[in-house]
Amino acid sequence: MKSRSLWRSLAAILAVIVALAWVFPVYWMVNTSLQSTTQINKLTPTFFPSFNLGNYKAVFEKSGFFDALGISLVVTGIALVICIVVAFVGALAISRFRFRGRKALVLAIILVQMLPAEAMFIAQYKMISGLNLLNSVAGVSIIYVAMVVPFTMWMLRGFVAGVPADLEESAMIDGCTRMQAFMKVTFPLLAPGLVASGVFAFLQVWNEYALASIILTSDKMETLPLWLRNFAQPSSMGMIEWGQVMAGSVLVAVPVIIFFLIVQNRMTQGLVGGAVKG
Amino acid sequence: MSASATEAPATSGAAQRRKTRLLPYLLGLPAVITLLIGMGYPLVWQVLNSFREYGLPQQFGAPPKFIGLDNYTALLADSEFWTVLGRSLAFMAVTALITMLLGTLIALLMKVVPNWARIAVQVAMLLAWAMPLVTQMTVWNWLLAQRNGVFNYLLSLIPGVDMIGHNWLVEPLSFFAVACIIITWSSVPFVALSVYAGLTQVPEEVREAAALDGANGTKMFFHITMPMLRPIFVILLLLQMIWDLRVYAQINLLQGFGAAGTKYDLLGTYIYNLGIAGGHFGSAAAAAMLVMVITVGLSWFYVRELLKEDD
Repeated sequence: MKSRSLWRSLAAILAVIVALAWVFPVYWMVNTSLQSTTQINKLTPTFFPSFNLGNYKAVFEKSGFFDALGISLVVTGIALVICIVVAFVGALAISRFRFRGRKALVLAIILVQMLPAEAMFIAQYKMISGLNLLNSVAGVSIIYVAMVVPFTMWMLRGFVAGVPADLEESAMIDGCTRMQAFMKVTFPLLAPGLVASGVFAFLQVWNEYALASIILTSDKMETLPLWLRNFAQPSSMGMIEWGQVMAGSVLVAVPVIIFFLIVQNRMTQGLVGGAVKG
Repeated sequence: MSASATEAPATSGAAQRRKTRLLPYLLGLPAVITLLIGMGYPLVWQVLNSFREYGLPQQFGAPPKFIGLDNYTALLADSEFWTVLGRSLAFMAVTALITMLLGTLIALLMKVVPNWARIAVQVAMLLAWAMPLVTQMTVWNWLLAQRNGVFNYLLSLIPGVDMIGHNWLVEPLSFFAVACIIITWSSVPFVALSVYAGLTQVPEEVREAAALDGANGTKMFFHITMPMLRPIFVILLLLQMIWDLRVYAQINLLQGFGAAGTKYDLLGTYIYNLGIAGGHFGSAAAAAMLVMVITVGLSWFYVRELLKEDD
């Protein structure tokens, strides 16, 4: 028994090392963002943070952070609203009805999710440039909607299928129209699913970099990821203000981390749920 | 949607039935239109232009000429394409395997440690996983910074090692090792947490029975746990392979940190340079089609699994 407890403590130490290794970059981002430039430029790094908000102030004051935030909000807002509506009615179609062409639609939305940006971005770039929509909110939004609808629709399909159609039918027997039955019975039960799928779609669009970097090339039209990339470029003197860059990184990451933590359970459980039992 | 309750049961005649039959199409239509605009049209363009000459003259209005398979044969005869393809596949295989291995080991570790240690690992994994891609790359660039990056500092604490001022992105092999480490760091959490979730579903009775029959830890893992988790492993490995093939964003950002040039290219950046930067849209379309074929081929098994789930 003695060697067993020794093993357990060794394993616990190893677990702590693993946890530290994975959290370290995140910690270092926050730590650096709270240091003054002189502290950062010392050859010996400062491992424990002071509490200096100067970098955040500098980010808010000089760079285009708020412009980029505004563009990100507009692009994400447009893409998200369209995506939720389209994906929601689409999910109703494939989970509540059996119709000719349904299989093809399901196959299409699964396959599209597999396609990497690199397999499509040349063609999407040409299309958007042909429409004269390079460097425009509309240009990225068109592609983003198409990018997130398949996943959102697939996820909502599961939620819709989880609400038994019997519920709606009994409401219809009680005198509701199909629409009323849907709005009063099914829709409220789907609300959590809509929120979860919406958060996922939000994360995908908000974080998207590859297409944005191709379609939005003007520095007046930066989403937050593009802003952060450009902000982290060395100045003409070859210097990078690491404190400010890390403050910018924190500002970009924090809302994402919060939203992500809300929905992360569904990521792992969604994959495992069916796999082991089935 | 004008069908009122009164006419629904009694006069559900032909008109009503036609309405219901049309309803799924109406509901599905917006999704179809979205996909056709954002994916379908570009896809058709891409297939067409992979068979056409589409270079600079065509950019300025010359009609694209149909040249059959010339783009493909030119690409397949180009040694640079093969180099990039081989490099991408090797990068994918190495990164996916390391990710799977580390993820599984960490999941097993989480199973044996006390609760507080497990929660520490879970929180660390979630934080790393939640980091937006551009933030990840930016932070790692800072960790590895030449002069006052913490990584070089810590390495230089080892007696006899002086890494201050070393640039990890110059030597191509080191460049891809850095990319591999960053991508592994960011994708291990998904694998570790998924495998751990799977482990918690292996029934305790099965393990107890095996223990009674004299199975030790290793035997238990290979004869009980592994077979039960096989479906999860297969899907996770496939997803990792697909994701590690699509690393345009990471490689593009790393190149932006100061290592531009063809020797740092993987498929994504290669296609970008060929098409959008170089103007050879025909060849770029052909290369993109090949990437698409590889990806769809890789994901076919996963797609079939998802289709089964649909029934």
